[in-house]
Amino acid sequence: MPVSILKQRGYLIASIQSALTDTEVVEFRDSLLVEVAKHRSRGIIVDVAALDVIDSFVSRSLSTVARTNSLRGARTVVVGIRPDVAVAMSQFGLRLDDVDTALDLEAGLELLDR
Amino acid sequence: MFEEIRVHIASDADTVIARQKGREAALRLGFSRTDATFIATAISEVARNITVHAGEGEIILRGLSEDGRDGMVVIARDQGPGIRDVAAVMRHEYSSEAGLGIGLWGARRLMDEIDVVSQPGEGTTVTMKKWCGFDEVRLLLGD
Repeated sequence: MPVSILKQRGYLIASIQSALTDTEVVEFRDSLLVEVAKHRSRGIIVDVAALDVIDSFVSRSLSTVARTNSLRGARTVVVGIRPDVAVAMSQFGLRLDDVDTALDLEAGLELLDR
Repeated sequence: MFEEIRVHIASDADTVIARQKGREAALRLGFSRTDATFIATAISEVARNITVHAGEGEIILRGLSEDGRDGMVVIARDQGPGIRDVAAVMRHEYSSEAGLGIGLWGARRLMDEIDVVSQPGEGTTVTMKKWCGFDEVRLLLGD
């Protein structure tokens, strides 16, 4: 799966490296939930800068991860949504429920530190 | 303009291929990066409808030139179970639930025209068009 999940300070940083199939999105979602539980993470950053499409399936999966994490007291920040992808999501009417967003990894870490 | 592109859709990996080919074709036809992303996202939704509801089908991409306008047409075709009430599906309001509705609803908002022809038991054909043109977002994003 073209995704890396790293632990940095008390946070998990998940970077998606390339386009994902729906099957890979599900694997990513599930492995992220396992890692969050294993490391008792308080904050999770998901870097989606490599995604050139965020459709209804990806949006829903990110929201599921964030909602589940939130029930365990952990905050999820999605970073790196490309400008054209943001416009398409907005036009589509897609929402990221229970997800915080930041411009990039650095801004995401700042948000979690606050 | 390019020769017609056909992508056989039988798995979610084919969906990724179809949307990548759709993006490349759109950029070649002169669409902005943002419009190409709109088209790729719409393709992702209709291709998913094929794999989830019909199992397999096909995405066809063509350049368009009509009445002095240039554009692109995306046809998603399957011989799956079909849709009983197309109008009801197109009226779908946003919900986080999975389903046929959200994909077609989104595709309609991302593309300029959409036409859905379906008969129960005879499959579904979705024809979507987008026209090249000026848009404010393109200026805003500088692409």
